[in-house]
Amino acid sequence: MSAHVAVKDLRITAGGKAIVDGVSFEIERGQVLALIGESGSGKTTIALALMGHSRFGATISGEVRLGETRVDRLDDAGLQALRGRRVAYVAQSAASAFNPSRTIMAQVTEPLLVHRLAGKEEAEARAVDLFRALALPSPETIGARYPHQLSGGQLQRLMAAMALITRPELVILDEPTTALDVTTQVEVLKAFKVAIASVGATAIYVSHDLAVVAQMADSILVLNQGRTREQGAAEQVLHAPADDYTRTLMGAARPHARSAPAVVGKEALLKVEGVHAAYGKVPVLRDISLSLAKGATLGVIGESGSGKSTLARVIAGLLPRSAGSVSLAGEELPKGLEGRSREQFRRVQLVFQNADTALNPVQTVGQALARPLAFYHGLKGAAAEAEVARLLDLIRLPAHLATRNVRQLSGGQKQRVNLARALAARPEVLLCDEVTSALDTVVGAAILELIDELRRELGIATVFISHDISTVRAFCDQVLVLYGGTAVEQADAAAFGRGVHHPYTDLLTDSVPEMRAGWLEQARTRKAVLAGESGDDLCRFLPRCPVAIAGTCNAAPPPLRSGDGLALLCHHELHDLEGMSA
Amino acid sequence: MVGRVSGGAAPRSAISGVLPLIAKRIGSALVTLLLVSAVVFTISGLLPGDAAQETLGQSATPEQVAALRHEMGLDRPALTRYVDWLGGMAQGDPGRSLVANMPVREVISARLPNSLMLAGFTALVSVPLALAIGIASAINRGGRLDRTLNVLTLSAVAVPEFLVATLGVLVFSVKLLWLPSIALVSEDASLWDTLRSCALPVLSLSVVVIAQMARMTRAAVADQLDRPYVEMARLKGVPFRRVVLFHVMPNAVGPIVNAVALSLSYLLGGAIIVETIFNFPGLASLMVNAVTSRDMPLLQACAMIFCAIYLTLVLVADVVAILANPRLRAQ
Repeated sequence: MSAHVAVKDLRITAGGKAIVDGVSFEIERGQVLALIGESGSGKTTIALALMGHSRFGATISGEVRLGETRVDRLDDAGLQALRGRRVAYVAQSAASAFNPSRTIMAQVTEPLLVHRLAGKEEAEARAVDLFRALALPSPETIGARYPHQLSGGQLQRLMAAMALITRPELVILDEPTTALDVTTQVEVLKAFKVAIASVGATAIYVSHDLAVVAQMADSILVLNQGRTREQGAAEQVLHAPADDYTRTLMGAARPHARSAPAVVGKEALLKVEGVHAAYGKVPVLRDISLSLAKGATLGVIGESGSGKSTLARVIAGLLPRSAGSVSLAGEELPKGLEGRSREQFRRVQLVFQNADTALNPVQTVGQALARPLAFYHGLKGAAAEAEVARLLDLIRLPAHLATRNVRQLSGGQKQRVNLARALAARPEVLLCDEVTSALDTVVGAAILELIDELRRELGIATVFISHDISTVRAFCDQVLVLYGGTAVEQADAAAFGRGVHHPYTDLLTDSVPEMRAGWLEQARTRKAVLAGESGDDLCRFLPRCPVAIAGTCNAAPPPLRSGDGLALLCHHELHDLEGMSA
Repeated sequence: MVGRVSGGAAPRSAISGVLPLIAKRIGSALVTLLLVSAVVFTISGLLPGDAAQETLGQSATPEQVAALRHEMGLDRPALTRYVDWLGGMAQGDPGRSLVANMPVREVISARLPNSLMLAGFTALVSVPLALAIGIASAINRGGRLDRTLNVLTLSAVAVPEFLVATLGVLVFSVKLLWLPSIALVSEDASLWDTLRSCALPVLSLSVVVIAQMARMTRAAVADQLDRPYVEMARLKGVPFRRVVLFHVMPNAVGPIVNAVALSLSYLLGGAIIVETIFNFPGLASLMVNAVTSRDMPLLQACAMIFCAIYLTLVLVADVVAILANPRLRAQ
């Protein structure tokens, strides 16, 4: 029997430049092929070509066969009949791929209706069945909602329902979990795997995350700049990679602990005590205290909405705190931006998550860096130019980039410039807000190393905000775990490594996929014991906690348990927790 | 246009959720109208000279002017006059025209229907045409049709309407002898005659308004066409026509109705040039005459009518935008 999907010598060109250059692969019916690579590798472009779709007017050539159909030879009407019926697509960001003005039900049933495969009532009944199969809450009524009323994880599963409702032969999943928290990702991956298997579809899984791919794929195709680097069974590519580039990807995926220990000062440079903050009337931070010495790194982790970024904004003064104090070298900083002196601004610098939007697109790199130099240090003319050159050298970018427009840089280069802009002030405290999350693994790893080096050389205290627990574990001297705006756990690196954790930290750790097949099936999704219980004084994690104690956790606020370099909020004793996380 | 709700309980809650929001918009429109009335009243009081001076002419003695002022009630405190006037306005009686010496209501009621008719005809012609041009332009973005329409609408926006009007007269009235060059509107004219005499004014007004609305529509639709949900719909196999109608339009309708409301509000007050050229008996020229003759009650009433119509249009646009947007609807 010939392969279900066959692609031969696929070439996709845009503006005379080949985005995809001679890629070939075959997939047997019911198998999952993963396309992996960094951004710009052409993985999404290839996936879309299987539906005869190309972005930005790119042209597709080569052979694309699905069953007996030559997709590359179909006309517009043929493609329209193919899309959504035989081949379905699950987009990266469900939040933007759903139409904000239409109900979920109208959108999920649309493929059935436009292909005239079912009437409205039958279509809705099938949608409800799929909602149930994908473990969505209240499957009967969720369809009447609008996209903005649902969470990212729910939308991603609803998008899978929209793709699977026509029982397609081929499903294309384009980084479907990249925008999700790790804890949500586990559930979504599980739901996808079951649902795809039940339809019996062949699938193409596009991702940059090797550990996720290990859970989903039967075979893997590694791409770099539009060319195939390596192709083979998942087991072989992951555990015995033959290609150098594959090995680089694997290396970047596993952050290794930094080589030299930091030279950490004794006195606290940045001190945050009992800080509360709120957006309007909604509290986002409750009673946060921390202290950071010169040259030390504090890792702040938590899911989206946990208040991580808010903490950085409160320290920087972008969001005035409602209670508590923030002091720098013993001197209390004013609440908001007003009242802070230029010197206080200079000493605390914030590096934003998204360099694309943080840098002014009409400026050159030199202008972007010269601005803080003039503002904080009064440097002008040749002195400023020399300093710009020094900064570029510091962030390992060639000096001639100074005249380049910010827009012309790659994502990694932009993030370096973004970092250099903060360093230009010669800060004492650097607040890094998810600075690597928009970057590819390889580029992100390089940025992390750079931050670590700079910290060691310049003795800057760093607050490193991340949703990636393994990065934080590898790079930070102290760790702060936030849940719902409360610090549920605070520890130094040594204590954090000992394995005694708050149940929430355990959940985060357990949710990080491992690079072996079968992890997903074994991954514990421990159900909450007292789901639905919540109260302002009670443990914030209670509604999701798998080890909550009835009658205790839902009755009294959690006590502070502290041990050697470790403090956490939990009703369980520290030695009990040790057994639970094992 | 508005997204259909398939759940049982949702429609009622959606509408009841919107009502307070709409009530709030109406309330704020009324407050705006009140503020505008104060501004209109104050500013018309600041204009040099008054009706007494104007009626008596340059040769009048100060005593005569003062006597007439007293007779007209112009010497009372401003606040009293304002409250009186506002009360009258609220009851539909904006006072007596000082120059025509008859109730302002009668003066206006002779003109307002003409203006509304002109605006109505223009809206009927221009809104569908503008939407068609805007949407056609957006879905052919970068194509020949789009570029042609772009050039046409841009030049139409740039050309002053008196030029359009004059050219229209030259071509259709002077050369072709198809249409009258002066708009004679009377009650006993047949519908056909009315249409013929309105044709050139409507044409001149439409050119500019269509161009404005078409450009805004194009921008609103083009902005939505770039959204990922459009690509997603295409990848579901949804025909392009259906994508535009059922996916793009519900999201573009908010900005479009706002652009339409702004353009249409121009059709009343902004029609002054066209009214003058075609000698059209409309409200805008009446208001200009009121300014030159210092006929304050008439001027104030006209200003309030323009403002009320403008606020109504914006209010309607707001409500449509709210109804089209489930986020606002669900508030």
